[in-house]
Amino acid sequence: MVAMEESLGIEPAPERPSVDAAADFTRAIEHGRPDFAHGVILYLDDISVSFDGFQALNKLSLAIDVGELRCIIGPNGAGKTTMMDVITGKTRADSGTAFFGQNVDLREMSETEIARAGIGRKFQKPTIFENHTVFENLELSMKADKRVRTALFAKLASDERDRIAETLRLIRLDDAADNVAGLLSHGQKQWLEIGMLLMQEPKLLLLDEPVAGMSDDETERTAELFVSLAGKHSLVVVEHDMAFVARIARTVTVLHEGSVLAEGPMDRMQNDPRVIEVYLGR
Amino acid sequence: MGPIADRIASAIARLYGARGWSTLAAFALVLFVMFPLCNLVVPPGNPFYLSAYWVTLVGKIMCYAIVALAMDLVWGYTGILSLGHGLFFALGGYAFGMYLMRQIGSDGQYRANMPDFMVFLDWNEFPWQWWNSDQFWWCALLVVLVPGLLAYVFGYFAFRSRIKGVYFSIITQALTYAAMLLFFRNNTGFGGNNGFTDFKRILGIPITIPETRMALFAITGATLIAALLLGRYIVTSKFGRILAAIRDAEQRIMFCGYDPIQYKLFIWTLSAVMCGIAGALYVPQVGIINPGEMSPANSIEIAIWVAVGGRGTLVGAIVGAGLVNGAKSFFTQAFPEYWLYVLGLIFILVTLFMPKGVVGLWSQWKNRSA
Repeated sequence: MVAMEESLGIEPAPERPSVDAAADFTRAIEHGRPDFAHGVILYLDDISVSFDGFQALNKLSLAIDVGELRCIIGPNGAGKTTMMDVITGKTRADSGTAFFGQNVDLREMSETEIARAGIGRKFQKPTIFENHTVFENLELSMKADKRVRTALFAKLASDERDRIAETLRLIRLDDAADNVAGLLSHGQKQWLEIGMLLMQEPKLLLLDEPVAGMSDDETERTAELFVSLAGKHSLVVVEHDMAFVARIARTVTVLHEGSVLAEGPMDRMQNDPRVIEVYLGR
Repeated sequence: MGPIADRIASAIARLYGARGWSTLAAFALVLFVMFPLCNLVVPPGNPFYLSAYWVTLVGKIMCYAIVALAMDLVWGYTGILSLGHGLFFALGGYAFGMYLMRQIGSDGQYRANMPDFMVFLDWNEFPWQWWNSDQFWWCALLVVLVPGLLAYVFGYFAFRSRIKGVYFSIITQALTYAAMLLFFRNNTGFGGNNGFTDFKRILGIPITIPETRMALFAITGATLIAALLLGRYIVTSKFGRILAAIRDAEQRIMFCGYDPIQYKLFIWTLSAVMCGIAGALYVPQVGIINPGEMSPANSIEIAIWVAVGGRGTLVGAIVGAGLVNGAKSFFTQAFPEYWLYVLGLIFILVTLFMPKGVVGLWSQWKNRSA
């Protein structure tokens, strides 16, 4: 497990002694390589999205620090999933800015480019390749050159096999490596998707309801995993399971009607009258 | 063993197991030994004699099988249902047909050094499309380039606009229909509704003599086997697994950092090129190409072959093309007016009772008895 975390560790932000900041900036944008020198990995400002008159996000502003584990809670329709859609390029924001690091403008990038820049996403409903084996699921999501030419002649190197084997152990599916993924239990599918995310070696992980449908034991292990990942990765977890949130959260953001209602430590949020009203009231 | 020999050995093992390779060897034996022997060596009247009818029929079906393979790569593996693959087939056929028309020389009805339809239309010179068409290499190049380029450009816009599912199918159907109308016009320069026919020679050799027919048959058989192995190489590669992943969860593959447009474009264009080559092999054997090959019904039939044989198996595509076209040539002779009903019935029965097609029957039956 420790070796796993190390192999997943992000590289430290490069030193920037250059005086020509503007040139540096353009270069970084050109290469799509995010710059985390200021300690912020994700920066959403004033994001609004509406669908046919329904205001899904309403001037949402949010900043996630490098290495942070942030939990996002909020009643149904608060805009949690839409927020993830905006970050990953699935939905375009009507207005506002979204930056990965301080230089990568997410609003101009496709889903593929955003994923390549280092943002991984787990969907609310486990989304895995159901007709592929567990092993193949991890193989396909592994960080690699993902162009057609390479894929046609790709051959798994032994260190790549080792990494897949490591992840298989981590998500406790090593016995099921050659099974078709569609036959896994719901909880196992959740774990497989988390494993796929880790194979991608993203810098930022967005996890939409990762423990839904998991047994208590599985939930506990997921909590352990997330806590151990934080620091080396940044995590944004959307979850309804309050016990789980309380277990892992350092900072909790409460969304309501498309914007941030409150933000702070979990115990303070649980006693915040506005939060209580949103969850119980009216 | 050297590293190259190593690579070849591992590729052979990857493509098929012992049973697969021996089946393929048996198939090759039938094509390359039995057919030439029974057609060219065995005298007519002998019970083992195979007439030119059979050589042409099986040769034609093998061309269809290549198209079915191409269809299976995009439909069975990538989930893109094309209802316009007949267009790429016809374009390949027309490209090579131009060369065959030029090979007629001045042996046409009008004894002019031009195709008959041009003389009939009072044309004095070849239109620009016919530039260099007396050169074999040029037409062979067009066979690949024309369907390939059209598919690439069409695919680029369609995939980039994220046109999917039934919408994509309908547009491909419209594309082949539009092309058919275009080729029906005399002004398009390809013989209007009569198309090309009455071929005399290929590479200077008479086209109707048994040896030429057998050579075309053998080339078609070799191309079919090569297409099968290429398809197999693709679907067993990481690229192939990505295609299937695009089919099952395109969203996820994007969030994994793959660009599905590039992958679709590659397999779509390759598939069109395979169809073009099949069309070029078809025309000299069947002796005619006309815009009817672009009719929407033809393209739909291609999808039926693959569905009958079994999607996403490659072998199923070949089996399906063989079965449906075998049945077609039987019915259109025995009960011509009922063929379309039979075809419709086959399609319905396969959809209802054999979701995995004919080659899926075995596993279906095994699962039931288990």
